[in-house]
Amino acid sequence: MRRAVLILIPYLWLVALFLIPFVIVLKIALSDVALARPPYMPQLDFTGGWAAIRNFLTGLDFENFVFLTSDDLYWKAYLSSLQIAALSTLLTLFVGYPIAYAMARSAPEWRPTLLMLVILPFWTSFLIRVYAWMGILSNEGLLNQFLLWTGIINEPLTILNTNTAVYIGIVYTYLPFMILPIYSALERMDDSLLEAAEDLGCSRLSAFWLVTIPLSKNGIIAGCFLVFIPVIGEFVIPSLLGGSGTLMIGKVLWEEFFSNRDWPVASAVAVILLLILVIPIILFQRNEQKQREAEG
Amino acid sequence: MKRFSWFNATALTLGFAFLYMPMIILVIYSFNASKLVTVWAGFSTQWYGELFRNEEFLNAAWVTIKVAVMSSSIATVLGTMAALVLVRAGRFSGRTLFSGMIYAPLVMPEVITGLSLLLLFIGIGLDRGVLTIVLAHTTFSMCYVSVVVSSRLVSFDQSLEEAALDLGCSAFEAFRLVTLPIIAPAVISGWLLAFTLSLDDLVIASFTTGPSATTLPIKIFSAVRLGVSPEINALSTIMIAIVTIGVITASLVTKQAAVRQARDARMAERPA
Amino acid sequence: MTQSVFAPWNDPKAKPLIQFRNVTKRFGDFTAIDNLTQDIFEQEFFALLGPSGCGKTTMMRMLAGFETPTEGQILIAGEDMSNVPPNKRAVNMMFQSYALFPHLSVWENIAFGLKREGKDKESIAARVDEMLRLTRLSKFAQRKPHQISGGQRQRVALARSLAKAPKLLLLDEPLGALDKKLRQDTQFELMDIQEKTGTTFVIVTHDQEEAMTVASRVAVMDEGRIIQVATPDVIYEAPNSVYVADFIGDVNLIKGRAEKRAAAPADTTAQPVETPQPPATPAAQVSTQPVDGPQPNEIGEWLQNKLLFPILGKRDPQPKRLPPPAPNTDSRPAKPAPKAEIQPGGLELHWAEGQPPIIASNGDPDLAGQTLTLALRPEKMSISKEKPTAPNVLRGAVIDIAYLGNLSTYHVQLDNGPMVKVQMTNIRRIARRDITWEDVVWVSFSETSGVVLKG
Repeated sequence: MRRAVLILIPYLWLVALFLIPFVIVLKIALSDVALARPPYMPQLDFTGGWAAIRNFLTGLDFENFVFLTSDDLYWKAYLSSLQIAALSTLLTLFVGYPIAYAMARSAPEWRPTLLMLVILPFWTSFLIRVYAWMGILSNEGLLNQFLLWTGIINEPLTILNTNTAVYIGIVYTYLPFMILPIYSALERMDDSLLEAAEDLGCSRLSAFWLVTIPLSKNGIIAGCFLVFIPVIGEFVIPSLLGGSGTLMIGKVLWEEFFSNRDWPVASAVAVILLLILVIPIILFQRNEQKQREAEG
Repeated sequence: MKRFSWFNATALTLGFAFLYMPMIILVIYSFNASKLVTVWAGFSTQWYGELFRNEEFLNAAWVTIKVAVMSSSIATVLGTMAALVLVRAGRFSGRTLFSGMIYAPLVMPEVITGLSLLLLFIGIGLDRGVLTIVLAHTTFSMCYVSVVVSSRLVSFDQSLEEAALDLGCSAFEAFRLVTLPIIAPAVISGWLLAFTLSLDDLVIASFTTGPSATTLPIKIFSAVRLGVSPEINALSTIMIAIVTIGVITASLVTKQAAVRQARDARMAERPA
Repeated sequence: MTQSVFAPWNDPKAKPLIQFRNVTKRFGDFTAIDNLTQDIFEQEFFALLGPSGCGKTTMMRMLAGFETPTEGQILIAGEDMSNVPPNKRAVNMMFQSYALFPHLSVWENIAFGLKREGKDKESIAARVDEMLRLTRLSKFAQRKPHQISGGQRQRVALARSLAKAPKLLLLDEPLGALDKKLRQDTQFELMDIQEKTGTTFVIVTHDQEEAMTVASRVAVMDEGRIIQVATPDVIYEAPNSVYVADFIGDVNLIKGRAEKRAAAPADTTAQPVETPQPPATPAAQVSTQPVDGPQPNEIGEWLQNKLLFPILGKRDPQPKRLPPPAPNTDSRPAKPAPKAEIQPGGLELHWAEGQPPIIASNGDPDLAGQTLTLALRPEKMSISKEKPTAPNVLRGAVIDIAYLGNLSTYHVQLDNGPMVKVQMTNIRRIARRDITWEDVVWVSFSETSGVVLKG
């Protein structure tokens, strides 16, 4: 009895405020096809929505959906989101790995402080951290002032409102998500493993490749998913740092809803975005599961 | 014990410079006398003054704090219950769905969560305002709370609760007198996390709010879209300062506790 | 055990405190307890002994009320416990991890259960102080559990579970977390406290030495069943199965085909030469005479089992219980005994090609013709370089010697046979001991040293 109450309260809350809203989104994305077909809605987008759902049910792949979508904007936005997410994930990995590595190799008494320094920005407002770059990257911003002063460039570079700024913003804001899992994987690694590898004839570089990297593999995978998944749906960074040329699906959805007031399209966009995300989310969960099993 | 390495030192220096420079610059420029945010024109605190005279910002800050306190408190209760269900309740029908609903919001793009909740609120005819933001924030932050609390519960020695039952406690007493005090640090950090997430949230709040309630992030976002403003710099500095003080205090407290624990452990092993 | 005659399990009128009646416990497909029936009496110190997964912890958790039997009943003081939750039972448990509440001081931990009873402050304080004195923890009352040592934590756990003066105290591997030396001291402390408080103790352990030291009776368990319940000495000297013999202590198991030996006319008067009385019972000589009456007292029972069985043969009507050997008999044929004194009757075991059979005069002749196992404790055998005169003399070569200080264990490869362990007390200094690796030696033991077991 008591157990039933304990289960039911959070269960019902989540059903009411998480599950049912999705059903509503799904219904709005679908039902309008059968309704009036308003002119401002690209028709094929609905077929796209339909196809995506059917895809989901019949297990067909996503090429159908891309093929069936005629309005460039949407599938280009999806593709561009995926591309930006993939590239920025790689960049974050290249920036984050050395930091995580150096943290794990630092003196043990320093590690808690370093860890706190990585976590601190995470508690600071996301919006503020993105905003901070606006002042740095603008045409008359500090970066351009600095570069002009050093004489590397003669004219200010246009960085703000380009994809470059978006990449910088993503790497900056998502860096802690990459560093933390890699650090925790590296920190657990026994130093004597590297000594053993060197003892067995590895150079320090090959010991790194053959021992350190494979042992931090799980951390790398976890970090990449933790960056990749949320970046796909990112809205704040492209809308503050990106320009008109920056196509990201989160921004498209927002504009479809707030500017065009086109709810069915926004819903359909959301449904497909969700379907795109299902694959990496499942892969991520499986990786976590495997890691848990390996540890326990 | 570790060899000092130039590579490591460089990686740490550059890495932390990258993480902290933008915020340091933001803080410095909040004391700039000039309206032009990129030109230094001497030290001044005038933007702080303007900020505190700006009623819209103050109102938004008040709404934000109200929402954050309410949503994080409800989320802590619900999230702790959900954690107990996940770790303790064993099998029940719909368990997979339940754990799916706990983990999904953690990876769900905010635009989708926001949109779906908005459509729900419109569907049931709920007026949008503080209440709807609180409901929305509670829903996603209770999932974070339950993840934090359940990771503590997993390592919780169940025999402590059994010992309490064995010594005559009812199930609820055992939870209140034994389990809760022991997992309290996790519950508190769950609350802090929920609070910060709520303070921080722009996207979900934008979807679920109505004209009656504007939160600080919404206010900042609409101001920032037009470009960099010195008032926002000042506001950011205040927020950064609060977070920094909070995090440093928390880490000092935990460090002290760890030191005390280590000393006690050493003392305990010495023959009395 | 010599000073008291505490043996309620032999008294048909004694009322058991705990009764397991055909209890079965299943977890899914796994049967943890298999149709188990067992009585435990008041003031007993009862040990459940077995490897992990044998069901001993499940039995204990059913007593505490954390598990309910799938089938059958558990009665405590005659009352069915099926619907009594753990917090309503007059049973307390000392947990393996101690389960001390880390946020409460030692004092508050001990007072925890008393406060639940709603007692007034003074009587709680008085009881806690009494418990602190009993466990010698008064100095540490205000410390938190992490501020005291492992041994002290163990005593806090004991004090806490005893504070409510339960009828029954359950101890789940109570000494498992302590190092060996502390463990031995604590074993005696546990026995002392059990005696002082008069509480019934049920202890779960996988450590046979611990069970033997503390318990009045030991139940050896395997796969959800109790294989044997008996006093520690009977468990050791007269195991009822190969499993028990192998689980308790070191043992050599020699398999062979049994044949019946010729039974000479029973001649009891010729025998006492080889059976000196156990030193602990000087009065035994008097009571060697068969004790009359329906209820032999404990010494009588003991002598009956230990001394008269090997001489007179089975008296017990139970058909398959094998008679024990004579434990306190100096069975080592240190002084050559005349050949004529080998007891007649019993079995001989053909254990290897071309080797003389092993004589076991205490073997049950009804088992003749089967393949049986002789369980032989290493300390009941002797090793020498010259062939001694003894009922059983086997030839072998020394493979290994383990020097343990007071003892040495010799690993001897018998000709055409298995490896056996022989333990000898190191009476002489090391330089004077002449047996070394690869020496050809003679292993000898008496006709009653071993126990013949089925399987």
